[in-house]
Amino acid sequence: MNLFKADLHIHTVLSPCGDLEMSPRMIVNTAAIRGIDILGVTDHNSTKHGKVISKLAVEKGIFTLCGAEVTTREEVHCLAYFENFDALDDFQQYLDKHLTPVKNDPKIFGYQVVVDEHEQILEFEERLLISSLDQGIDQVAAKVHSLGGIFIPAHINRGKFSLLSQLGFIPPDLKADAFEITRATTPEQMRNKFPYVAKSSFITSSDAHWPDAIGSSFSMFRMETRSFTEIMKALHNLDQRMVFPANFATA
Amino acid sequence: MKTTEIVEKLGLKVYSGAHGLDREIKGCYVSDLLSDVMGNADADYLWITLQTHKNVMAVASLKDLAGVILVSGLEPEPDVILQSDEEGIPILGTDMPTFQIAGKLFELIR
Repeated sequence: MNLFKADLHIHTVLSPCGDLEMSPRMIVNTAAIRGIDILGVTDHNSTKHGKVISKLAVEKGIFTLCGAEVTTREEVHCLAYFENFDALDDFQQYLDKHLTPVKNDPKIFGYQVVVDEHEQILEFEERLLISSLDQGIDQVAAKVHSLGGIFIPAHINRGKFSLLSQLGFIPPDLKADAFEITRATTPEQMRNKFPYVAKSSFITSSDAHWPDAIGSSFSMFRMETRSFTEIMKALHNLDQRMVFPANFATA
Repeated sequence: MKTTEIVEKLGLKVYSGAHGLDREIKGCYVSDLLSDVMGNADADYLWITLQTHKNVMAVASLKDLAGVILVSGLEPEPDVILQSDEEGIPILGTDMPTFQIAGKLFELIR
């Protein structure tokens, strides 16, 4: 069994709040320097930088989990990841269909651009990506799972845009593959507070919006190899695979 | 004032929990953050919100609220209706947005 360092929550320049420095190449190069083995690409309500980051990451020996950070109707942020580009494209269509149509004003929210591996701009995303979908959290979870994806509510203990801030407590029957927490709490605290998720996995991630934050918080996966199936097994504690948060601040 | 009078005066829809309508209310709380409602709403209050997730019912039950008013024509999800009927905490509804329904309710019970 091997240990892999994973930062599964990273925003690119496509997210309005993502720093302009957060190009696919910058992200991959920084992740490589920080020793990241598994990188999660999670822009707000868009999957459009997953493929280019996957391509660049392969060259650096980094495994990429492509997905998005979805804003549900309740304004709960949830991470979603997909095994292949077909599922990723299907999910992009779902996002396109259900995102509340608000036009982005770059002066207020920042630019939302899709770029290629050479940092050439391919597309300006016109719709404000931090709007919410018109789909409730259970509907989003069901959609992600229907595409074989991984569904992880993000930073659930944060004071805004989280499961706990929006919905008060973890819904006992929520179909989550794991929960992401910030360093303000621990899995033990969450399990004590919500005994019905005692068997769930918890991860920590950087939620990086600028290069220096990449890998500033991460999780460790214990599994054979880096693959979507192995990661899913680790999240569910199957076949001796496991994941544990590794809260850790860089200088 | 009882919930049933408020339903009548404001023309509210009664989605569920009708057997809980005959209850004296002590106030109203307006919020869409369930964490905030858990911290700040009081027993026998009506709660105005646009959230329809089933946790709404759990919070209403936990805080012993008199009922929930969903705004802007939003409808409760099926499991919310089920729990509302079980617990006798009515789920009410209006086509008015939050500002208007809150204003009218404020005038009624202040």
